[in-house]
Amino acid sequence: MTNKGDEKLFEQYQQGLRREKRIVFTWQAFILIGFFMMWEVASRLNWIDPLLFSSPAKVIELIIRKFSDGSMISHTYVTLFETLLGFVIGTILGIILASLLWSSTRFSKISDPYLVILNAMPKVALGPIIIVALGPGYVAIIAMGAIISVIITTIVVYTGFREVDPNYEKVLKSFGATRWQCFKSAVFPANLPVMISTLKVNVGLSWVGVIVGEFLVSKEGLGYLIVYGFQVFDFTLVMSALILIAIFAAIMYKVVERIEGWLIKHTT
Amino acid sequence: MSFLTLENVTHHYFNKNNYTKALNDISFTVKEGEFVSLLGPSGCGKSTILSIVSGIMKHTSGKVLLDNKPITESELAIGYMLQQDYLFPWKTILDNVLIGPSIHHNVTQEVKEKAKELLNEVGLSNVEHQYPPSLSGGMRQRVALVRTLITDPKILLLDEPFSALDYQTKLKLEDLVFKLLHAYQKTAILVTHDIGEAIAMSDRIIVMSANPGEIAKIFEVPIELRNEMPFLVRRHPKYQSIFDKVWEELNKK
Repeated sequence: MTNKGDEKLFEQYQQGLRREKRIVFTWQAFILIGFFMMWEVASRLNWIDPLLFSSPAKVIELIIRKFSDGSMISHTYVTLFETLLGFVIGTILGIILASLLWSSTRFSKISDPYLVILNAMPKVALGPIIIVALGPGYVAIIAMGAIISVIITTIVVYTGFREVDPNYEKVLKSFGATRWQCFKSAVFPANLPVMISTLKVNVGLSWVGVIVGEFLVSKEGLGYLIVYGFQVFDFTLVMSALILIAIFAAIMYKVVERIEGWLIKHTT
Repeated sequence: MSFLTLENVTHHYFNKNNYTKALNDISFTVKEGEFVSLLGPSGCGKSTILSIVSGIMKHTSGKVLLDNKPITESELAIGYMLQQDYLFPWKTILDNVLIGPSIHHNVTQEVKEKAKELLNEVGLSNVEHQYPPSLSGGMRQRVALVRTLITDPKILLLDEPFSALDYQTKLKLEDLVFKLLHAYQKTAILVTHDIGEAIAMSDRIIVMSANPGEIAKIFEVPIELRNEMPFLVRRHPKYQSIFDKVWEELNKK
């Protein structure tokens, strides 16, 4: 009898959970659809200037047209490639720099003020110099995507290295481990969760670097389309590029989140 | 013949604005196979002595000889057991046990077998492929013990290894460690602030005082208690009298 009662309560609880989930999802969908509908209506009724703010119908039409003639595919591809590479290089370079800082306390003391300046510096301001130095092409844009995340990764990971419980090192040292062995078998693996959490931040940062880089280089890519559309007053094109960026950035973020979940499960 | 000798060892801790004298003129010897306890209030430098003997820390002056050689030149393996197990959570139990051998690039099938044997001996069979978080505190500390023993250390340094455990587990582990150390005839130094534990486990008790860390008095544990299991020592008629003497010494100001 009581058992049945328990199960009934549990069922009610589960129903409550499902109901809550449905309500949240309904609202999310409502906001999305509502936004685009309002946009469309406002644009058609001339509440907002259709020349400046375009309309969802025009944007979708343009995206489909440009994708079918292939021009949008190459722009999207270029941007995705640059962002991904910038992200990977920035993260790995940051981790390597953090390891170097850890390997020599004196080196870390010496570099401290420079790291502070580099961290405080808005990296996109370096854009023109990077483009002059590396030439107006992929390399410069990828460098922008990487440079924007490398310093913060270095600082966060290095702080993580130093916060690892020194007793793990003590255990290893009692077996006669060298400093490198301590790093390899205690400091680095203990810090994996920190490194993984920087991935998510770096994805967002790399997008910033790459889009600004494309603004400046103005050759191809979604960032280029935004600038180009702005210059020729084709705001349908600007909006299309923005929507594509939003979609791909969200997908990339979700993928990294998945990777993060997988890594945490398999490393800790 | 003494196995480990400390002669007028002094140690200072420095920081930017001042320094503290952690150890002042510490001299004692430990014979091979002997079990010695360092007992004292917190801050008396007990753990510092272990860090110095293990070679992790360099003392500021004095001599530390292991088997008649300065500790820094000695190649004899030293086992160090800390207050907590500090098992690496991302390694399996077997890999944790094999940390010492892997540092010396010495992981052979034979060593692996020995690891499993030792795990069996401390009552942990079939856990070698599990991860530390799935084990209880007492089990983890036993793994840490095996990790210490696998390199066949000539001297064991036990830095309050039972203090983070609940009382029941602590009593059981004391017996286990005592049994193992006697079976393998290991020399050991135990740091503790538990008088009962010191009496139950050791042959000699070095009572220390703080500020600066100095040796206050050395007690010989009665011969009848030495070979008794720690759990039984606590009920031995002679236990109370030595407890009182140590208690008195610790409370002297």
